[in-house]
Amino acid sequence: MSHTPPKDHAGAKLGMWLFLFTELLLFGGLFLLYGAYFARYPREFAAAGREMHLGFGTVNTIILITSSLMAAMAVTAIQRSGRRLAVYLLGGTVLCGAIFLFNKYLEWSAEFSRGIYPGSPLLATVPPGESVFYSLYYVTVGLHGLHVLIGGALLTVVAVRVGRGTIHVGDFAWLENGALYWHLVDLVWIFIFPLYYLVL
Amino acid sequence: MEPTDLTPPPAGSFWNDTGRSGITSWIFSTDHKRIGLLYFYSVFGFFLVGVLLGLLIRIELMAPGRTIMGPQAYNALFTVHGVVMVFLFIIPGFQGSFGNLVMPIQIGARDVAFPRLNLFSWWLYMAGAVIILTSLFTGGGPPDTGWTFYVPFSERTGTNVSLAVFGVFIVGFSSIITGVNFVTTIHRLRAEGMTWGRLPLFVWSLYATAWVQILATPILGITLVLIMAERILGTGLFDPSRGGDPLMYQHLFWIYSHPAVYIMILPAMGVISDIIPVFARKPIFGYRMIVFSSLAIAAAGSLVWGHHMFTSGMSDIAILVFSFLTFIVAIPSAIKVFNWVSTLYRGSISLEAPMLFALSFILLFSIGGLTGLILGAAATDIHVHDTHFVVGHFHYVIFGGSGFAFFGAMHYWLPKFYGRRYAEKPAVIAWALMFVGFNILYFSMMVLGLKGMPRRYYDYLPEFAPLNLTSTIGSWILAAGLVLLLVNLFRGLRHGERVGSNPWGGATLEWSIPTPPPTENFAEEPVVTHGPYDFRGAGIP
Repeated sequence: MSHTPPKDHAGAKLGMWLFLFTELLLFGGLFLLYGAYFARYPREFAAAGREMHLGFGTVNTIILITSSLMAAMAVTAIQRSGRRLAVYLLGGTVLCGAIFLFNKYLEWSAEFSRGIYPGSPLLATVPPGESVFYSLYYVTVGLHGLHVLIGGALLTVVAVRVGRGTIHVGDFAWLENGALYWHLVDLVWIFIFPLYYLVL
Repeated sequence: MEPTDLTPPPAGSFWNDTGRSGITSWIFSTDHKRIGLLYFYSVFGFFLVGVLLGLLIRIELMAPGRTIMGPQAYNALFTVHGVVMVFLFIIPGFQGSFGNLVMPIQIGARDVAFPRLNLFSWWLYMAGAVIILTSLFTGGGPPDTGWTFYVPFSERTGTNVSLAVFGVFIVGFSSIITGVNFVTTIHRLRAEGMTWGRLPLFVWSLYATAWVQILATPILGITLVLIMAERILGTGLFDPSRGGDPLMYQHLFWIYSHPAVYIMILPAMGVISDIIPVFARKPIFGYRMIVFSSLAIAAAGSLVWGHHMFTSGMSDIAILVFSFLTFIVAIPSAIKVFNWVSTLYRGSISLEAPMLFALSFILLFSIGGLTGLILGAAATDIHVHDTHFVVGHFHYVIFGGSGFAFFGAMHYWLPKFYGRRYAEKPAVIAWALMFVGFNILYFSMMVLGLKGMPRRYYDYLPEFAPLNLTSTIGSWILAAGLVLLLVNLFRGLRHGERVGSNPWGGATLEWSIPTPPPTENFAEEPVVTHGPYDFRGAGIP
C-alpha cells in the first residue's frame, strides 16, 4: 500500500457491531425454530428439558460470565497501560473458554452414553417432539461451541499482539473488538441456558 | 483495420502504480478499483457459465421428449444454472464489481473502510465458488434439487448437496462482509460536504442493499447449516416422521431468499437512477422519494417471504397477510418508475448505449413487477404457481431488470476505468438484439405458464411445442446480441477511442477525477459543493 489512511476506531467498532448483528441473526434462526416447535410440542419439550444436566449448565454459565468479565477488564487494563495485566486477563478468558468446552465434552459424553444424540436409535422411539428438542439442542449448542473456539482463537491472537506491543494504549481497537466478540459468545449462551436448562 | 493504440495508461493511474507485479498485484491488492475489477471478471465469468447452462436448458425444451439429455441431467442443469446465476453472479454482482469500483469515488473517499476485509471477501467468494464447482464433479454428482434446496428432497437425494450448500454458505459469508464494509464506509468516509442529501442514488441503493445483506444473509447461513446437519448428522428437524416440519425450512429459506431478490434489484435501480439524469440532461426528479423508496423496499421486502409459499399449506391468515404486504412493496417500486419517467419528461434525451439499457430496464422491470402482482395475489397465484409463468416473471425482473442494468453499468462506467470506449453503433445493435431476443424468450414462457406448463419438467405435452420452440429461438437471438456486446465492449476497452475524464457529462464525483482514476482517487480530499445531479453546479453545459 502506498499510503496508510489514518486509523478510524469508531469505524472499526461500527463494523464490528454490524458483524455482531449478523451473528445474533444466525442464532436467531435457531431460536425461531425453538419458538415454533415449542409452540407445537410444549409437553414433549418440557419432558425432554427435564432430562438436561442443570449442574453442567449452571457451572458453564458462571464460567462464561467470569470470562466475559475478564475480557472487559482487559480492555480497561490496556487503557491504563497495564499491558501485562491485560495479557493475564485475556489468558484467563481463554482458559475459561477451554474449561467451558471441557465441561461440554463431559456433558455430551454423558448424554451420548444414554443414547441421546441426533439420529440415535433411542431418539427414534421417543415422541417426535422430544427428538426435535434434542436435535435443536445439539445444533444450537454445537454452533455456540464453535463460536467459543473461534472467540478463543481470536483472543489468543489478541493476547499475543498485546504482549508484543502491537496492540497498545494508543491503538487497541483489536482488543476491544475481540472482547466484543467474546461478549457475544457469552450473550448467546445467556439465551441458550434458560431456554434449554431452566424454563422447561 | 485501424491502427491500434496500445500505449499504456498515464502514469499514476491505478493500472500501473503498484508495489507488486503480475497477477499478485491484482489478487493481493487492497485497492478498491482492482478488487472491483477482480469481482467484475469473476462474476461476469460465472454469468457466462450460467448463460451457457441456460441455453442448454432451452435446447432440451425445444421439442417434447428427450432432445439432448435425460431427466436427471436436466434436473442438475436447472439447479446449477440457478445456483450459479443467483449466488455467484447477481447477488455479489453489483456490490462486488460496480459497488467497489465506483462507490468510494462517488462519496469522495480514497478507499473503503476495511480494504483488507474487502480483498478477503473476494477470496471467500472465490473459495465458495470453487467449492460449488467441485460439488458438480465429485460425490454423487451435481445437485438436482433446484437452487432452493427444498426439503425433504434435499435431505434424501444422493447427489452432492452438502458440498454445494457449504459453498453457498461461504459465498454468503463473503456477502455479509461486503455489506458490513459498505455500511461502515458510507457512514464514515464521506468527504466534506458529501451530506446524506448529496449522496448519488447508486450509493443510496448500495447502502439499502448492504443492510439487507447484513440482516438477511445470516438466516440463509443457518438454513444451509441445518441442511448439512440434516444430511450428515440426521437431526430430523425438517423430517415429519421425527416431529420436524418441512414448512419451517421453506420459511427460513425465504426469510433470506426473498430479501435476496432486493439485493439483486436495488443496486440495479441505483444504476438506472444515475444513468437517466445524465442522458436526459436533467436533474433527477424526486431525489428524496427515490431514496425513501430504496429504504422502504429494503424494509418492506424483508416481510413478504411467505408469498413463495401460498400453495404450501400455510394458514389462510398468513397467506392474506403476506399477500397484503407484497402489494405494499409494489408502491415504492412504482414510485421509482414514476420518478424515472418524470425525469425523462422534457429532458434532452440522448439515446446512447447506457441509456438504451436503462430505458429497457424501466419497461422490462415494469412487466416483471406487474406480473409479480399476479403472483402476489393469493387467488391468481394458485393458478400459476410453479409454472413457467413464474420463470418468465422472475427473469423479467432479474435479467431484464438487474441484468440489463448490469450491461448498462458496463457501458457507462468501464470506459472510465479503462480510459477507452466501445464503438457506439455495434453497442446499439447488440442492445437491440438482446432486447428483442429477451422478450421472445421470456414472454413465451409467461404465456406457456398461463396455459399450464409447469416449471422444472424436462418433458411437456405436445400442445406446448410451438411456444417452446419460439422461446428457444429467442434465447439464440439474445445470445447473439450478448456475443456482439462482449466483443464490442472488450475490444473497445483495449483498442477503442480514448475518453476524457467526463465522457458522458455526469455530475457525480467519479467524473471529476482523471481517466483512468489515480490509485488514491483524489489528489486531495474533495470538498463537495453541489448535489449529484446538479449539472449546472458542476459546471457541465
